[in-house]
Amino acid sequence: MSEHEHDHPHEPIGNGDEPPAAARARALEQLLIEKGAISREDVRDRIDWLVSRSPADGARLVARAWVDPDFKQRLLADARSAALELGLDPGPSPVVVAVENTEDVHHMVVCTLCSCYPRALLGPPPAWYKSLPYRSRAVSDPRGVLDEFGLELGDDVELRVLDSTADIRYLVMPRRPAGTEGMSEEELAALITRDSMIGVAQPAAPTPIG
Amino acid sequence: MTYHPGQRVRIAARSHEGHHRTPGYVKGKTGTVERAHPSFTNPETRAYGADGLPQQPLYLVGFSQRDVWPDYPGQGRDRIYLDLFEHWLEDAE
Repeated sequence: MSEHEHDHPHEPIGNGDEPPAAARARALEQLLIEKGAISREDVRDRIDWLVSRSPADGARLVARAWVDPDFKQRLLADARSAALELGLDPGPSPVVVAVENTEDVHHMVVCTLCSCYPRALLGPPPAWYKSLPYRSRAVSDPRGVLDEFGLELGDDVELRVLDSTADIRYLVMPRRPAGTEGMSEEELAALITRDSMIGVAQPAAPTPIG
Repeated sequence: MTYHPGQRVRIAARSHEGHHRTPGYVKGKTGTVERAHPSFTNPETRAYGADGLPQQPLYLVGFSQRDVWPDYPGQGRDRIYLDLFEHWLEDAE
């Protein structure tokens, strides 16, 4: 800070453009640490865990289900166990549900109350998932929202919106794109985007082999 | 577990002071139990430092979008699903 005469009131020194919610979170964190409820290391461990997660884990689950019908049945019956079977961390939620998109049914996931999300399998949620416009319109005008994501559903497709209001985490298993016959599980996994597992997009189209 | 998949249930229309996880848009609406989940601690008391016991059964309940939003702009078959705790459900059969 440059030196200047303090003959005027001003805001306390902060992190510049830090939003009020972040300042409040830092103050709470400091208090909890002082009270011994949590440690600095706990906070760091949780952040490290969260940022180490990525949609690649969810994509591995879906890709395996695309190539292995028996695994697909196990994934749809109990996604948590299926994740453990592949050595993936399904996260703290005791129940993870995978829902299958088909020719006739499309699923999309929202959390209207906050930002519940299968973070262990998809990583941190995107900012738009936590935004008020998505959270409110995904339930009342989901086809309009999908249009804005560039996904137009046919009138004959039944759209099912899942509002994660409690302890269950939902993962969408998108449809395997046409033209992917003969692709390896790893190649398929590369097509399975985060957004396709939230249900606001289809998987990427395969690159034609030239 | 009081309710079973396939059963019609109405969501209680009551207001609730403080934290709860039943969105206003389904209060008073009638839907169908899709899945019976395990029981979980009650967020309505857990949010205030209590232990959330006794645990409450949780259900996935599905609704026709047109039953939830009278002016729903999508297709008639579209549905919306929420996880709702048993103490918000009423038998609608």
